[in-house]
Amino acid sequence: MSDIHRHQHNGADLDDAAPGEERVNEREPAGGLQGYLIGYGLAILLTIASFAAAQSDLIYGPAVISALVVLAIAQMGVHLVFFLHLTTGPDNTNNVIALTFGVFIVVLVVLGSIWIIMNLNHNMMPMHGLQPPAG
Amino acid sequence: MSDTTAGSLPSDISARSDIHDPYRIGRSAGGRGEGHGRDATGRGEGGPASRFVTVTYGFWIFLLSDIIMFSAFFAAYAVLSGSTDGGPTGRSLFELDRVAIQTGLLLTSSFTCGLGSITLHRRNMAWTLIWLLVTGVLGAGFLLLELQEFSGMITQGAGPTRSAFLSSFFALVGCHGLHVTMGLLWLGTMMAQLWVKGFRADLIRRLHCFNLFWHALDIVWIAIFSLVYLLGASV
Repeated sequence: MSDIHRHQHNGADLDDAAPGEERVNEREPAGGLQGYLIGYGLAILLTIASFAAAQSDLIYGPAVISALVVLAIAQMGVHLVFFLHLTTGPDNTNNVIALTFGVFIVVLVVLGSIWIIMNLNHNMMPMHGLQPPAG
Repeated sequence: MSDTTAGSLPSDISARSDIHDPYRIGRSAGGRGEGHGRDATGRGEGGPASRFVTVTYGFWIFLLSDIIMFSAFFAAYAVLSGSTDGGPTGRSLFELDRVAIQTGLLLTSSFTCGLGSITLHRRNMAWTLIWLLVTGVLGAGFLLLELQEFSGMITQGAGPTRSAFLSSFFALVGCHGLHVTMGLLWLGTMMAQLWVKGFRADLIRRLHCFNLFWHALDIVWIAIFSLVYLLGASV
């Protein structure tokens, strides 16, 4: 029995980490209060960068969307690491695999829709002039 | 392999050693884990993970499904964002000052929610309730600004019925706002339950799920403020 208890900590299960569990990285730089402070700071910086990218002329107009997408993905990563305590550790494997599958579906839905509808719009173009007058 | 010979055999690592192989498959090797099968000897046996892990993982799956639902609204918005039917565009409607304040409020509430998670982990009732209250107040501020924006848009004739662009805008941002509303109701319930019943195991699980929910809402908001407001106002 003592062997069992050695691998448990206050009744916590050390084989698997629940998503967002504080215990996972509380002794690492990305965990605990320090982790939340770092994450908050990084998120603020990335938010300011997003607003600056959209509102100033620093970035070539057509490239603004790329900058915004990159900054948004970076900030989501900050949230996942510092607020949701996702790690590459073996106790987090299940959480990361589920997340990966979710991201896969999201990308499929969003990019697939844009792709298909852009194609449709392209092929339907002559319709624009054939619409009956409103009223 | 009987216990009498185990001490002399180096192969019986799992029973005698502190070395814990985190990459082994299954939960039972050496009889560890909290499940019902502590005596199980094979790989892949030994019962389920602890209640805290299974409940939270189930909620994690729900959050991912919720985000997939949001992705459908995002796809609709991305496809319809140019279909303004001669009506107002995002550039003329979006007020980025308000969006910046909303972003600050929601990000800070996500941060205080995390501080509440730390104090929950340390079983500190007063600070847990304080951080949850701060989280709720910031979330309510976010929601007020969003309602102000929506009512302002509707009164200037830019309601959801004006164009396909506005329909998809109100569907996407309104869906996020509804989630925040539900989160606030959940938050209030959790504060009351925690206050009355203390750090019971089931309440800790629920509150942990709430923390995940709140962080997930902030992640969805990142996509909204970047790809709806900032992009819409700059294109």
